[in-house]
Amino acid sequence: MTFQQPKIDTSPKVSDEIRKTTCYMCACRCGINVHLKKDTAGEMQVAYIEGNRDHPVNKGVLCAKGSAGIMQHLSPARLRAPMKRTGPRGSGEFEEISWDEAYDIAVKWLKPIRDTAPEKLAFFTGRDQSQSFTSWWAQAFGTPNYAAHGGFCSVNMAAAGIYTMGGAFWEFGQPDWDRTKLFMLFGVAEDHDSNPIKMGLGKLKKRGAKVIGVNPIRSGYNAIADEWVGITPGTDGLFILSLVHCLMKAGKVDLPYLAQFTNAPVLVNEDPDSAEFGLLLTTEDGKHMVIDRATGKPAAFDAPGVRPDLAGTLRKAGVTHRSVFQHMAEKYLDDAYAPETVAAQIGLPANRINRIAADLARVAFDEAIEIDQPWTDFRGTRHEKMIGRPVSFHAMRGISAHSNGFQTCRALHILQILLGSVETPGGMRFKPPYPKPATAHPKPHCKVSPGKPLDGPHLGFTHGPDDLCLTADGKPARIDKAFTWENPMSSHGMMHMVISNAHAGDPYKIDTLFMYMANMAWNSSMNTSGVMKMLSDKDETGEYVIPHIIYSDAYSSEMVAFADLILPDTTYLERHDCISLLDRPICEADAAADAIRWPVVEPDRNVKGFQSALIDLGARLGLPGFVTETGAQKFKDYADYIINHERRPGVGPLAGWRVGVAEGQSTLQHGRGGPNPAQLDEYIKNGGFWVGHIPDEALYYKPWNMAYQDWAVKIGLFDKPAPYIFSLWCEPLRRFQLAAEGHGTRQPPDHLRERIKATLDPLPIWYPPLEDGHVDPVEYPIHALTQRPMAMYHSWGSQNAWLRQIHGRNPLYVPTKLWQQHNFVEGDWARVTSVHGEITVPVAHMAALNEDTIWTWNAIGKRKGAWALENDAPETTKGFLLNHLIHELLPARGDGLRWSNSDPITGQAAWFDLRVKIEKVRSPGHSYPDIPAQTSPVGHGPARVSQKVGK
Amino acid sequence: MTELPASTMKKLGLVIDLDTCVGCHACVTSCKGWNTENYGAALSDKDAYGADPVGSFLNRIHSFEIQPETGPAQTVHFPKSCLHCEDAPCVTVCPTGASYKRVEDGIVLVNETDCIGCGLCAWACPYGAREMDPVEQVMKKCTLCVDRIYNENLPEEDRQPACVRTCPAGARHFGDLGDPDSDVSRLVAERGGFDLMPEQGTKPVNKYLPPRPKDEQIDVLAPFLEPVAATPSGFLGWLDKALEKL
Amino acid sequence: MHPAASIITFTTLSGLGFGLLVFLGLGFPPVEGLNAFIFFAVAFALAVGGLISSTFHLGHPERALKAFTQWRTSWLSREGWAAVITLSVMGLFAGLIVLFDLRIAPLGWLGALACLATVYITSMIYGSIRSVPRWAHWSTSAMFLAYALSGGALLSGQVPAAIILLALTGIGQFVAWQAGDARFAASGSTAETATGLGHIGKVRLFEAPHSGGNYLTKEMVFVIGRKHATKLRAIALLLAFAAPIVILLLPFYHMLAALAVLSHLCGVLITRWLFFAEAEHTVSLYYGRSAAA
Ligand SMILES: Nc1nc2c(c(=O)[nH]1)N[C@H]1C(S)=C(S)[C@@H](COP(=O)(O)OP(=O)(O)OC[C@H]3O[C@@H](n4cnc5c(=O)[nH]c(N)nc54)[C@H](O)[C@@H]3O)O[C@H]1N2
Ligand SMILES: Nc1nc2c(c(=O)[nH]1)N[C@H]1C(S)=C(S)[C@@H](COP(=O)(O)OP(=O)(O)OC[C@H]3O[C@@H](n4cnc5c(=O)[nH]c(N)nc54)[C@H](O)[C@@H]3O)O[C@H]1N2
Ligand code: SF4
Ligand code: SF4
Ligand code: SF4
Ligand code: SF4
Ligand code: SF4
Ligand SMILES: [Mo]
Repeated sequence: MTFQQPKIDTSPKVSDEIRKTTCYMCACRCGINVHLKKDTAGEMQVAYIEGNRDHPVNKGVLCAKGSAGIMQHLSPARLRAPMKRTGPRGSGEFEEISWDEAYDIAVKWLKPIRDTAPEKLAFFTGRDQSQSFTSWWAQAFGTPNYAAHGGFCSVNMAAAGIYTMGGAFWEFGQPDWDRTKLFMLFGVAEDHDSNPIKMGLGKLKKRGAKVIGVNPIRSGYNAIADEWVGITPGTDGLFILSLVHCLMKAGKVDLPYLAQFTNAPVLVNEDPDSAEFGLLLTTEDGKHMVIDRATGKPAAFDAPGVRPDLAGTLRKAGVTHRSVFQHMAEKYLDDAYAPETVAAQIGLPANRINRIAADLARVAFDEAIEIDQPWTDFRGTRHEKMIGRPVSFHAMRGISAHSNGFQTCRALHILQILLGSVETPGGMRFKPPYPKPATAHPKPHCKVSPGKPLDGPHLGFTHGPDDLCLTADGKPARIDKAFTWENPMSSHGMMHMVISNAHAGDPYKIDTLFMYMANMAWNSSMNTSGVMKMLSDKDETGEYVIPHIIYSDAYSSEMVAFADLILPDTTYLERHDCISLLDRPICEADAAADAIRWPVVEPDRNVKGFQSALIDLGARLGLPGFVTETGAQKFKDYADYIINHERRPGVGPLAGWRVGVAEGQSTLQHGRGGPNPAQLDEYIKNGGFWVGHIPDEALYYKPWNMAYQDWAVKIGLFDKPAPYIFSLWCEPLRRFQLAAEGHGTRQPPDHLRERIKATLDPLPIWYPPLEDGHVDPVEYPIHALTQRPMAMYHSWGSQNAWLRQIHGRNPLYVPTKLWQQHNFVEGDWARVTSVHGEITVPVAHMAALNEDTIWTWNAIGKRKGAWALENDAPETTKGFLLNHLIHELLPARGDGLRWSNSDPITGQAAWFDLRVKIEKVRSPGHSYPDIPAQTSPVGHGPARVSQKVGK
Repeated sequence: MTELPASTMKKLGLVIDLDTCVGCHACVTSCKGWNTENYGAALSDKDAYGADPVGSFLNRIHSFEIQPETGPAQTVHFPKSCLHCEDAPCVTVCPTGASYKRVEDGIVLVNETDCIGCGLCAWACPYGAREMDPVEQVMKKCTLCVDRIYNENLPEEDRQPACVRTCPAGARHFGDLGDPDSDVSRLVAERGGFDLMPEQGTKPVNKYLPPRPKDEQIDVLAPFLEPVAATPSGFLGWLDKALEKL
Repeated sequence: MHPAASIITFTTLSGLGFGLLVFLGLGFPPVEGLNAFIFFAVAFALAVGGLISSTFHLGHPERALKAFTQWRTSWLSREGWAAVITLSVMGLFAGLIVLFDLRIAPLGWLGALACLATVYITSMIYGSIRSVPRWAHWSTSAMFLAYALSGGALLSGQVPAAIILLALTGIGQFVAWQAGDARFAASGSTAETATGLGHIGKVRLFEAPHSGGNYLTKEMVFVIGRKHATKLRAIALLLAFAAPIVILLLPFYHMLAALAVLSHLCGVLITRWLFFAEAEHTVSLYYGRSAAA
């Protein structure tokens, strides 16, 4: 008898058409193939989304969120039309209005401010992928009050990287996944580079390379690490400097690398009487000074053929000036950094630190790799080979979201540099437009002139007191107090301070708060309940303390309920976007790349891409750049802007397929060139992106490699070659210290002097997280953290019918020691208290966890009524936010002042400094605080979902 | 047909690397995405936006903690879908013949138009690899993407399961485990791939690769770095000599 | 396993129904006329009612006929055939008695045998599920048969037989529970074998794949407290066996016969509830069944 089985069609038609665009379920920006099928009505509908194999970022793979994008696109929480608030703030009661009415309202509020006091507009955008455009709009408006989310996210990582080595892990760097042999990951749960990190780890695993995970929590990437270092939160800096101690003590540092490519040989001014004490000596032409080992004489660091001497000294006017490297030896060989000294504080045995240092040294020096690829450096020296130290590091918010994060991030970079593993094979590599030193970035601008644009870009890098954003009377010029003595190097602004400062009228009152894509009334704020109150507080006259709030969201989020005017955005499949080299592109270490989004389906609602709405609004306000000479609207929409806008002649938002001239004929070329009306079509034809590969001789040593420098100029990353050396000694920090010591005309307020002296050290140091000094560590002995769930993106994920089944609630994970100490059993609840507030939440046991640390998944808790969820959704009844326990200000200490809960250097929000105590309570059956429901302007989602377009 | 074929021409299946899986759930939603739009009825979700959402999924990721005798606890992310067993009890219990194992490749499938939704096959599966669709009320299980792996409308390189194609970490491998020379069979041999619950006698085709040993040398006193100097001045002496040699 | 009402009703009622038919087939009591009609009607109502109830469990009852196709491998399919054949044989037997007053004894014996076979086949639907170790044992069939016979004896008014069968079944059930309690552990399936990670150490679920429930957890990871179960077992033994026996031993038991039957029925329903509720499926190993529970 032959075996009978049904005949099935194993070759069904997959779709009617594939349109290739860019994912937007997170900031990783993977390429996607959107499969469309005609529905019964003949309309093209999204049927299936998969990764684009040709795409430089994801090479075909997609994460959980990306694959569930269809449910995001079809979310019942999508806003449907512009809305005007009808109930009180926070109620969620709205009336749908036309776009014309929405623009009229916005113009009515904004026009008078612009004409009289543009700073009264605070325009802050969240995880904005169009910052080069939104900041340009804000600049044209003339307000100094613009920033995106970097200040509460990872500015420590970004700024420390850029100030130290001209590039950061944060979106702009990656380990050399193909070559690294030992990879150390500090404080990463997911990162922006979601898929590339997973792909990279997969490569390491395939090759059997070793992965060390440094994280109080062993989940996700740390779960597959070959070795887990369950460090005490906030002590990574100490751990890293102890590794530095061990390596230096053993002479296991890359001397040639340090001598050639860093400021280790540069001489430090050691004259205590000098106003430049602690700054770097310069030659007459203003170049950093080294001793040339060939001649024994001082020379400019970049003089052709110079051999900078790491042990160089210079005696001048009776004072000996030594090299940076000697200062480092003095500092880090001190027993204060010996493993035995630091072990207890870090929570590791001393021999483990020794052993990891030995591992690093072994792989870096004994397992070094060489690539037969000659290259020429900026001194004109030709190198026959590329020498690699196959040790690499990656880190993110686990080290950066602490108030000692900037120095910790710097310490990590110093460690990498000492090993010679930055921009060398097997180490860490930059992605264009990086490397680019801090000095090549603009400085912050804040000069306001009514009716006129701001004097320059808002955000940038300060190099000393002169660059601070202070008014003539020394007050903060910006509403978020970025670039002030409190946080002098706050390169990304401080969005987390905007609402509380605006509410307090400190440094001044504002009129309109305009936000985009940031759920500030919920998970992106510290002190969430307090922020909701600030947003809805009224003054004596019965008016709202923050008079007007305009907000653009695509979905019915918690923040929507607090706005007066809503500009509804499209979903990511319905609009144009550009992921630009002017901004945060999708480059890889081997290539420059940028990408677009385009409407693969048209919106079925009265919504508009936010950037297009800004273009309309800009034109109605008559902002320069947004209107023609005749006052007409200059760009039809964002697509028109993407094609035609030029930042500098020949450089526009997109680098691919620009128009050039060759032999008198116009041709298409990449990088520089004039606008091409068909540019977007070219992108679409190419799968939604453009890639320009870096030539082989330019693939490594980019900061010093002339082939790279020339290539970067050619494609328009910068206008002339700009090689530089890494800043082990970070002079800007020292300049602020000098001011605190009394030098210079711009002086910090007295109450900040000591803090600046203590924390803005030009060489990386470690100090305990600031909260430790403000909160009694005996009463609050436990560290409380959050992690990103891989399958959720902040608050947006919960509207996704598939993803919310994975993370519909978030227990508080408790380590074995505390679990037993409190007699917890499965199903128990706990009250968690910080000096600022308390929450009551369900607990669960986790053994692979630092014994003094508790944690939960970030942003799963939801306010009732938000996201089109039913009011009894587990996100609202069992889910919770840790944010209620975290304040934007530290508790007052002796001086009666309340410091911002931020890194004293960059202002990065110190989310992970949090200390709490915990006690078991009877189950209240509902997590607390239980914020009353908001009305859903979009109703609630359907009971059943059966997603199928085909038959 | 609920009789199992005496043997199958191929044994197509998955090999899942527990040393590499980071627990990202990408395979879960890509599976749902492909299979809701393709083979059989949509994979639906009940109470999708409410208090107790329940949807059908063909692949789910569990996370386990393992406490070794010494050393810290370990976390292992553990994907699980149908193992396409050779002795599939889910097939033989099926009263209608809806469940069957294909002769040509060993894939275990449900012919949904024959399924009465009795649930017995789900009971019979020791692994929890079958789920009743909450809306359609027919039995759902991993199809091994039978409508992808032979699909001539897909480019050759895409003729693999959706979950394998999407896995960012490369923790999932697809191939013929009946062919000892296939990549997957080699991987299983090299890495000591194992069966889940072999005592259940189901002879799973899918194999799991164990996590590599972890935290190995934590307490071992490995050779530390030899100091060149204990003091900064000693260090400078060493530095001078070292620089001379360069 | 989830104790679904439809399945509990099915196994309980059809067990009783076929049990009664066994006795009627063997001629205990040797009914005729209206009496026969009533007895057979009760028996058929129970057996058929149970079968109908079982279809409530189906996602697609309209396709139920397809279930007859796979008798070669599937106990559920065999169950369908067995029930139909048995009911036809007994139907013929009963029809002849009721309509024509004609009793073909061998036909009754055949029917009785078929009834027992049907009960056995029903039991094998559960007894063949290896992934539920508590069920995968000969005692499952033995107990199904014992229940059918003792219930049948009770319903057919065979007092001495009923007393003996009830007592034996009660004791058997007690022993079966004790033995069943150890069977999951004895099956050798543990969280360690389920994950293959036992060589590293003790395995514990850290996070379930989805934070809410799913079909598997609802259908197969039913958890009842141990204390609760013990109490229910005692009540079940009391109602299903002790009370009916005591009643039957009373001199005026005739007046209380209905009570004895009712008590037995309730008791059996509870044992059946426990039969499902206490049955642990190996899938629970993937959902955090701890070694102790
Ligand atoms: N899936 C998903 N991806 C995302 C996001 C998302 O919401 N979902 N959000 C995106 C955004 S905005 C950002 S900023 C990035 C952030 O990406 P990550 O930097 O990965 O951010 P977190 O999830 O906050 O992870 C912080 C990690 O640091 C650890 N940690 C905390 N304190 C310490 C410490 O003192 N030392 C060490 N060594 N580790 C510590 C925590 O345990 C946690 O694992 O992710 C982006 N990617
Ligand atoms: N406890 C704790 N809190 C944290 C952190 C932490 O680690 N722990 N991390 C912090 C960090 S790093 C970050 S970046 C923030 C992130 O916090 P948020 O920036 O608030 O992140 P989301 O919740 O994603 O909110 C973004 C908003 O954008 C909306 N949105 C989504 N898509 C679109 C679109 O296409 N157009 C428009 N106009 N809007 C859209 C969403 O609906 C949502 O309301 O959270 C911070 N909060
Ligand atoms: S990592 Fe995931 S969510 Fe982010 S862009 Fe890529 S596929 Fe989309
Ligand atoms: S996609 Fe890969 S890494 Fe992610 S959960 Fe699935 S198997 Fe694991
Ligand atoms: S894993 Fe379960 S469903 Fe799949 S073949 Fe084996 S027994 Fe059947
Ligand atoms: S649920 Fe469907 S596939 Fe499963 S045993 Fe019943 S009829 Fe067969
Ligand atoms: S093989 Fe296909 S059906 Fe099976 S788990 Fe993977 S994606 Fe899902
Ligand atoms: Mo962030």
